[in-house]
Amino acid sequence: MLYREAGDFKTSYAEDNQTFPIKFDRWRYWFVLAVAYLVIPFMINDYWANAIFVPFLIYAIAAIGLNILTGYCGQVSLGTGGFMAVGAYACYKLMTAFPEVNIIVHVILSGGITAAVGAAFGLPSLRIKGFYLAVATLAAQFFLVWLFNKVAWFYNYSASGQISAPERFVGGVAVTGPNTEAWAKYMICLVFVTICAIIARNLTRGTIGRTWMAIRDMDIAAEIIGVNPLKAKLLAFAVSSFFIGIAGALFFAVYLGAVEVGEAFGIQKSFLVLFMVIIGGLGSVFGSFAGAAFLVVLPVALKLIGVDLLGWPTDLVSHFQLVIIGALIMFFLIKEPHGLAQLWRLAKEKLRLWPFPY
Amino acid sequence: MNATADSYVTEDGRTIGGVLMDMRNITLRFGGVEAIKNISFDIREGEIRAIIGPNGAGKSSMLNVISGFYNPQEGEVFFRGERRPQMKPYQVARMGIARTFQNIALFEGMTVLDNIMTGRLNHMKAGLFRQAIWKGAAEREEIENRAHVERVIDFLEIQAIRKTPVGRLPYGLKKRVELARALAADPKLLLLDEPMAGMNVEEKEDMSRFILDVNDQFGTTIALIEHDMGVVMDLSDRVVVMDYGRKIGDGSPDEVRTNQEVIDAYLGVAHD
Repeated sequence: MLYREAGDFKTSYAEDNQTFPIKFDRWRYWFVLAVAYLVIPFMINDYWANAIFVPFLIYAIAAIGLNILTGYCGQVSLGTGGFMAVGAYACYKLMTAFPEVNIIVHVILSGGITAAVGAAFGLPSLRIKGFYLAVATLAAQFFLVWLFNKVAWFYNYSASGQISAPERFVGGVAVTGPNTEAWAKYMICLVFVTICAIIARNLTRGTIGRTWMAIRDMDIAAEIIGVNPLKAKLLAFAVSSFFIGIAGALFFAVYLGAVEVGEAFGIQKSFLVLFMVIIGGLGSVFGSFAGAAFLVVLPVALKLIGVDLLGWPTDLVSHFQLVIIGALIMFFLIKEPHGLAQLWRLAKEKLRLWPFPY
Repeated sequence: MNATADSYVTEDGRTIGGVLMDMRNITLRFGGVEAIKNISFDIREGEIRAIIGPNGAGKSSMLNVISGFYNPQEGEVFFRGERRPQMKPYQVARMGIARTFQNIALFEGMTVLDNIMTGRLNHMKAGLFRQAIWKGAAEREEIENRAHVERVIDFLEIQAIRKTPVGRLPYGLKKRVELARALAADPKLLLLDEPMAGMNVEEKEDMSRFILDVNDQFGTTIALIEHDMGVVMDLSDRVVVMDYGRKIGDGSPDEVRTNQEVIDAYLGVAHD
């Protein structure tokens, strides 16, 4: 058996604290990274990039962001779409106002701007909890979309009301605009995902992560051990929005190229990312990836099986997809609120004793 | 008041220092109900101070005043010789006052280790960016504090459940983990709200031993509320007795035991 904890002894606290305490897990992590960086870019084509890899990576960033807020800090948010829109429009305004600055700087700055907006909309969380907070963030969602539609300054007074990404280069290679190659889109998203995931993991395993989880599990007890709830919640909103803003900027600039705010960042987007977090697993960085992969691949797989293989009409398949997602949400909420990540963890626990459970 | 002048040594050789916390004329009202009526008492450094009284006497309210949950309408709280202004609970925690709750307040979704590590929050200073990078300052700090937490884990004999989610533990162990979390903060003053409620005799003996050991080895000042008279009389150096929000007795366990008003409050008295 490769996948065992047995015999894998730790002799220092640093070793005990590592992200992947099992040797096999560590190897697999490096293997996945190696494949992602060294194999996929050379094999990817437009179809794979646009249908699966690029949306998967971008949604993974958004899901990590929402997971920090909802999974770790326990603050339900339905404003994800709105915050992604902030990232997208911030990126657009920066790209058009400072064309000579590198796009990577713009994307990071967009994340920063979204963090500030998110923290502002996080203020009600100090007074209200649970469903009521969800409704307050819903207000953020609708307000932000309305704002970007209404104020022409945000879309540079273009006639269509759309924003479209001008061509920008990183190291001489186009990463936005119509001439972008599949591997370039993929690579820029991959780099951002890797860095975001590592940052998220580092934040959630240390003091800040424990502060958030303390607020999530019992806010009164958190206060009594010295957590300032105002600071902890606003920090969660800010960090979460930072990631979501980056996802929004990439979604607009790299993936879609041109965006109409109501269509790309509507309430459906908020729900989609929330579903990813619920199905993948609340309070787990790995779960964010699992949920994003699942909900990106599911429609593609259904289309392949339903339309191409079985010859069903397209609308039937797309309705079927809604039914499946709805059923899954109910299943996970009732049976396993910690999602795919917890199923994975349980499987590991079972394997620890396998094949002799007693 | 001079702290060193009136320190003394107990029969079992512990040194009791000067006044650590002084509650002066505390009155706490909820609407028309006076939960605490003009109570004054002090807690000396290094001692085990018990607050006892029948149900509804205002003991827990008193503890909540000390830990900053309630702000009294009248009266002053002095901590380490300085008047304490109105504070939020997290600010009180940062002054070095840790507490446990009557009905356990642990973070159910986290492991025992993480729960106890939260007790070290106020000792960990690495900011957002250092933690995002992790390697370097944040990791070093985490490991230093982990070592401290491991000492507390050893002390309370909960090594085996380190990585278990708290939600899965039985009641007695949860109480012990909560004590561990409070201890991990290196408190100057430790408040225990009915640390032995709902325990059987053996668990009570274990808990009593831990409380005495904490006081003895770390020199932590402890204020506790307890219903079990035998335990209180054995553990504590001085006892405050409350009844209907008033203080009716204060002194060593023996003095309190023979106080007529205390006996009346506990046994009832004929109204004629």
